[in-house]
Amino acid sequence: MTSQRESFDEAVATLLTPGGLDLDGLDRGLGHALGAGIDYADLYFERTWQEGWVLEDGEVKEASYNIDGGVGVRSMAGEKTGFAYSNQITADALLETGRTASGIVRSGARIERAPRIQVSAEPRYAGIDPLSGLSAEDKVAMLKLADRVARAADPSVTQVSASLSGVYEVVLVTSSDGTLATDIRPLVRFNVSVICVRNGRRERGSAGGGGRYPMARLRDEGVAETYAKEAVRQALVNLEAVDAPAGQMPVVLGAGWPGILLHEAVGHGLEGDFNRKGSSAFAGRMGQRVAAPGVTVVDDGTLQDRRGSMSVDDEGTPSQCTTLIEDGILTGYMQDKLNARLMGMAPTGNARRESFAHMPMPRMTNTYMKAGSDDPQDIIKSVKRGIYAVSFGGGQVDITSGKFVFSASEAYMIEDGRITVPVKGATLIGNGPEAMGRVSMIGHDMELDTGIGVCGKEGQGVPVGVGQPTLKLDELTVGGTQS
Amino acid sequence: MTQAFDAAAQQKLLEERAAAALMMARQLGADACEVGASVDQGIGVSVREGDVESVELSRDQGVAVTVYVGQRKGSASSTDAGDESIKTVVEKALAIARYTGEDPASGLADADLMATRFPDLDVHHPWALGTDEAIELAVSCEAAGLAAEGIRSSDGASLSSGEGVRVYANSHGFMGSQCGSRHSLSCMLIAEDGNGMQRDYDYTSARKPGELRDPAEVGRSAAERTLRRLGAQTPQTGRFPVLFDPSQASGLIGHLMSAIAGGAIYRDASFLCGRLGESLFPDWFTLGEKPMLVGGLASSPFDGDGVQTRDNVFIDKGVLASYMLSAYSARRLGMQTTANAGGARNLRIGAELQSRDELLAQMDRGILVTELMGQGVNSVTGDYSRGAAGFWVENGRIQHPVEEFTIAGNLASMFAGLAGVGSDIDTRGSIHTGSWLIDEMTVAGS
Repeated sequence: MTSQRESFDEAVATLLTPGGLDLDGLDRGLGHALGAGIDYADLYFERTWQEGWVLEDGEVKEASYNIDGGVGVRSMAGEKTGFAYSNQITADALLETGRTASGIVRSGARIERAPRIQVSAEPRYAGIDPLSGLSAEDKVAMLKLADRVARAADPSVTQVSASLSGVYEVVLVTSSDGTLATDIRPLVRFNVSVICVRNGRRERGSAGGGGRYPMARLRDEGVAETYAKEAVRQALVNLEAVDAPAGQMPVVLGAGWPGILLHEAVGHGLEGDFNRKGSSAFAGRMGQRVAAPGVTVVDDGTLQDRRGSMSVDDEGTPSQCTTLIEDGILTGYMQDKLNARLMGMAPTGNARRESFAHMPMPRMTNTYMKAGSDDPQDIIKSVKRGIYAVSFGGGQVDITSGKFVFSASEAYMIEDGRITVPVKGATLIGNGPEAMGRVSMIGHDMELDTGIGVCGKEGQGVPVGVGQPTLKLDELTVGGTQS
Repeated sequence: MTQAFDAAAQQKLLEERAAAALMMARQLGADACEVGASVDQGIGVSVREGDVESVELSRDQGVAVTVYVGQRKGSASSTDAGDESIKTVVEKALAIARYTGEDPASGLADADLMATRFPDLDVHHPWALGTDEAIELAVSCEAAGLAAEGIRSSDGASLSSGEGVRVYANSHGFMGSQCGSRHSLSCMLIAEDGNGMQRDYDYTSARKPGELRDPAEVGRSAAERTLRRLGAQTPQTGRFPVLFDPSQASGLIGHLMSAIAGGAIYRDASFLCGRLGESLFPDWFTLGEKPMLVGGLASSPFDGDGVQTRDNVFIDKGVLASYMLSAYSARRLGMQTTANAGGARNLRIGAELQSRDELLAQMDRGILVTELMGQGVNSVTGDYSRGAAGFWVENGRIQHPVEEFTIAGNLASMFAGLAGVGSDIDTRGSIHTGSWLIDEMTVAGS
């Protein structure tokens, strides 16, 4: 693993040196952003290399490579934020963007920047370029393997598409409060999607995963084969699926990726900005019961090599594990510096932005529910008639009314305590605080997802993780077609 | 906080860069090449509770190069459009093309299809808008909303204004460029009663600043939309007709267009595979696009392949008349491109339209859906299941708001069950439609 020193030197060499900047140049840049009346300013430098390979019809027909980078400058005064950015990382660009951003207020005292302190943070992944270390031939071979495995798995497979992508991101952030932090963030992902056609019926299955580690690890772990088989399995299950029921009933959610429930039902509602503004259904409920006893939910950016992890957040705050709900009681919000300051709380390492060209906001990292003590088999057995959902597409929440949805892509009927027929994908809808109050059984099988989540907020996408044990909700509305 | 933007100079610069990239690609061994380049600049302000919350100056640029070596293809892009960077992008694209497989369908669109007519489509209307003026407009919009009785607070009002230039060029010698502008104003408000909080919003968006709705009117309408949600109940589970508000009906057209896109068809990934020439809608319903519409939000004389755009009819008297094809997907299917690389442009409905009241009367008892949540649409099977909010309708009249329910069905039967289209056309996006009455869907509620 690279040392923090090496990572720092690499970030400086990658981001600052090419444009003729050094640490003193950063101070001058901060000076421009700290105009009259500005009480906080930060500069966020980023360079990103992104590579994607796509296989279709047994051939890698498309591959792409993208280079992105620049600097984003924020100047704040109380609740006001001025923001500007540039593709250039030069002294001139810092002057122009700094003056633009600090124009948000035009009068008031000028503050001095605090003495610079390099943030010391535990690395949560190796600071490496994940794209190197696996040759182009190896990448193509992995994709072709997925194609062969999927096609061999079942004769009904008519289409296989597989993709391999990787991102190498180098960031440096410095702010008027003295923060100076760097982070080198690898992120890789492998995905397989198949179409199966049988008796005139057509279904899709997909599987994938990844994390913050080298692409070579995807090969070494044999994910091409694993995800190809999983995608076919899911498509075959769906070929047999019958119409899903409609109405309120008990719902059992499988372990792992179904934790998207927590992301939508409680996660967004506990982000600092919505609570400061009072627009969240959870606003003002700190210390109150917002979920059934036994429910403990954390947001943990420190998990080693996970997709949602960060060594430091996009404001340079070291990531941490924040307990959001403990035994059903609301105990914490996720904060960036702005919202923490305005609410008199501490930042929690949850400031995230899609890129230098976007403003940071409080965002989730890896959000999961801790394990309980129930045997997953007993949870199924306890249901007379309900749904067992093990895989999901996306979800969405209205944080103000608390209404959330998430859509099942693999689900089964539970009848008399037994899993019976697969049912077609259906959207589940509920109210966050109410649904969390109806969690009646919690499995001992806590699992994290395989590393596929992207969270969208105000048009910005960031990679996230979710997880949970097998869970039972006594009642949730299932949006099938059989009423 | 203002920044100058000289669209003509930017256009010239992008065209020069595109030409340089094409030449470089040729010199470095590409048999064919295409280049897309763009620059966009804008201002966005947001205010909340009468005071400015953020001011953002944006300037985005990018260049994307695709090279063909024989039938192999490689693509690379960068947001740094300097000369050195363009060279890196071309080299990277060529390096990638060494590893991709032969694809008989790959390559540029045929040279004789390239656009030659470039009428002025009247889509570039920059707004010399100062920060202070932008803030004032957003504040006045929000203030009108906050003044409504029963509104508790604001979740903010935002004004954004931007313009940009995009260029597409390829090694047939085609060079197309277009300047465009877009301005919008939105407001989101919060109301509260004993059952909790509700929020809703309204917005206006146009190419020309003068075509935006009055800010105060947008604020008042956002307030009205928010207040009418208070006291929502959960509807009963059952099968009912559903009236999709225009803002949601355009989503149904979006699902149709994704399902007839060439990429979905040749991948076997659409419930409309093999349905060309078949009846999908009632015979009174026609849907087409008008890419050359003067002032249209999606107007363009050329598509993403450089092909001259043209009026297409996708649904002709209920029948699926055409897929939506690019040069590549057309070759995959053994068909001709429909000049839809990059999607459909300015979709318009041809049908006899009814007033909202007539549609409500026709529905009699059911649900008017004004909001949909989640992604529960499976374009492979057509299965549809989404979270919704709206109003319960009884005896053809709106009774009370409803929420926390889903509506489910299959797009094929929903299209076949289209029972009426409203005259209440929403013109804010590039798809213009009124409400859609679907004869029956499954509602899951209490």
